[in-house]
Amino acid sequence: MNSVREIGALERSAGPGRGADRLARRLGLASLGLGVAQLVAPYRVAQLAGVDRSVRAIMIIPALGLREIGHAAALLGVRRPGRWAWTRVAGDAMDLALLGRAVAHTCGLRRVRAAAVTAAVAGITVADLYTAIRAYREGERTVRDGAVHAVGAITINKSPAEVYRFWRDLENWPRFMYHLESVRVTGDRRSHWSAKAPGFGRMRRTVEWDAEIVEDTPERIITWRSLPDADVTNWGQVRFLPGPSGRGTEVRVELDYTAPGRAAGVAIARLFGEEPRQQLRDDLRRFKQVMETGDVVRSEGSPDGLSMRQQMKQRPARPVRADELVSV
Amino acid sequence: MRANTWQGRQHVTVQDVPDPRILNAQDAIVRITSTAICGSDLHLYHGYIPTMKKGDVLGHEFMGEVVEVGPAVRNLRVGDRVVVPFPIACGACMACERGLYSVCENSNPNAGIAEKIMGYSPAGIFGYSHLLGGYAGGQAEYARVPFADVGPLKIEVDLPDEQLLFLSDILPTGYMGAELCDIKPGDTIAVWGAGPVGLFAIASAYLLGAKKVIAIDRFDYRLRKAKDQAGAEIINYELTPVAEALREMTAGRGPDACIDAVGMEAHHASGLIYGYDRAKQATRTESDRPDALREAIMNVRNGGIVAAIGAYGGFIDKFPMGAFMNRSLTMKSAQCHVQKYMRPLLERIRKGEIDPSFVITHRMRLDDAPRAFQLFREKQDECVKVVLKP
Repeated sequence: MNSVREIGALERSAGPGRGADRLARRLGLASLGLGVAQLVAPYRVAQLAGVDRSVRAIMIIPALGLREIGHAAALLGVRRPGRWAWTRVAGDAMDLALLGRAVAHTCGLRRVRAAAVTAAVAGITVADLYTAIRAYREGERTVRDGAVHAVGAITINKSPAEVYRFWRDLENWPRFMYHLESVRVTGDRRSHWSAKAPGFGRMRRTVEWDAEIVEDTPERIITWRSLPDADVTNWGQVRFLPGPSGRGTEVRVELDYTAPGRAAGVAIARLFGEEPRQQLRDDLRRFKQVMETGDVVRSEGSPDGLSMRQQMKQRPARPVRADELVSV
Repeated sequence: MRANTWQGRQHVTVQDVPDPRILNAQDAIVRITSTAICGSDLHLYHGYIPTMKKGDVLGHEFMGEVVEVGPAVRNLRVGDRVVVPFPIACGACMACERGLYSVCENSNPNAGIAEKIMGYSPAGIFGYSHLLGGYAGGQAEYARVPFADVGPLKIEVDLPDEQLLFLSDILPTGYMGAELCDIKPGDTIAVWGAGPVGLFAIASAYLLGAKKVIAIDRFDYRLRKAKDQAGAEIINYELTPVAEALREMTAGRGPDACIDAVGMEAHHASGLIYGYDRAKQATRTESDRPDALREAIMNVRNGGIVAAIGAYGGFIDKFPMGAFMNRSLTMKSAQCHVQKYMRPLLERIRKGEIDPSFVITHRMRLDDAPRAFQLFREKQDECVKVVLKP
């Protein structure tokens, strides 16, 4: 399993992808430096590139500076900047075209300077291309692996015995784990699971697997895993710890999903969406609501209860008509 | 049913919306007999509380009669007369068990949005933005009330709506403000804002043993009410410099505690300071204008308490941290844990210690809600508190 484990956090296939992002961030800093120089001292930049005789060149340079700042914003402002290196590749193409004209229209020392800058930009283009392609490949690998590792914790105002008892009844899980459609207990330790990966038309698919409980220590720990022939290999563990000085029960959950092959990989990726950490957190919050209040809490804005997707797509806070209720 | 809905900045309309229905087994549906407009509704009206959506039903101060209960409701029956507290609380989490109902851990289904702005999520509130739950409010003919066994206070005394309605929010909020001041015999309390919450804070401070309560506002008609009906001494800050007046009235000691019953849309006597905050608010570099809070901090005595009960939504600027730290001050605050205060305050009303209906200046029909918002906002016709009848 290729994953980084963080306390209280979770990452989808966090191992790969880091290298390109680090490179991209450095390129972003370079863009910022160059952009500021082009904006503040366009004439100096023109001199360096041997185009200081061209008024048009000096007029264009601040605009290029703005573009560089745009690259910098993209590369420094997002969490996974790797693929944004493509914006720099496009910028390089534009710069090379301009520099090509400069080499053709200058002579003497200026021409030497223009040629030297062109060579330097060509080198930078290689670095940009390398970063962009590497980010793309790393992204591909993530999808192919279809790996999700998630860790989350919540405190429930009930005794470990009560919390354990509820969790031990696997058929309760879909009430709070929204990615699960159903869990059917098929034997003492065996169960059949089905989950629906969101999507449209043919993209929507149901993933099913059989699982077994491999460790069951009442009031302490439950560990389960899928059976060997499952499409989706998964493993999970929940631990129940008494909260400090009788403050309920700390529930700590760890989930691992892997799906070899691209199709199942995509399904897994969709099952957990962009933010598996958020999804597990939502699951645990609903678990808390069900344990403490008996039900998932619903409002008119979020009639399906707590979920990141619903929080983004609120309906107005006015009474819900019968036909608007999907899953209540 | 008819309901007052938010349509955008300074735009509310009364519309036909679907009747509420039970969504959770512990819900009750209440037919509303009286509902009110709260000062904090003006923050929504002005568009300063984020995450409002067009069509949201407003209102968090309401009472009425139970007309339907969900299968898990035990304490209420159809026909019961209830006052509904504005924070929605489950009664089962650790916060509720400690009496901190307005930070119930379960009642905000949009906790994730609240966490982005506030770190952890407080409770859901009726008709008060999607960040606080996306619950339909009570300026309507009917409302769905979640956790019906926990929140609604069953009324079994024969008192009119007008004496009971404010148990839903502003009476407990004002009372809590005074309670946070930890009043000792002989204390002087200064209250910024002589609106409904400020008036109840003044009255409550006297109930809790304050020697002198000073009301600070800019509207003479409100100050008159504070003086005549709540017994406060008064300062009109547009006419009198507040710091000097407080120093004079307390012989140089400063008030023992200060209550900010104004919140995020404060005004200031200095056009320059007011303009600064207005500009920052307009450019979204500051969400709340904290002039009353700043003044409360600057004017409380050394070692004193500042109770912030006016509503805030986001972030403030130019917080006088130097004064706060060097002068050993304490600040306390909360959205009121109404559920905790309803019963004891009902008892005080029953015994005649306080008659909350004195704040009411306007009685209107629900259909007049847009006009009522305007009256209240513009402080026209000496408006202090509007009660709407569906």
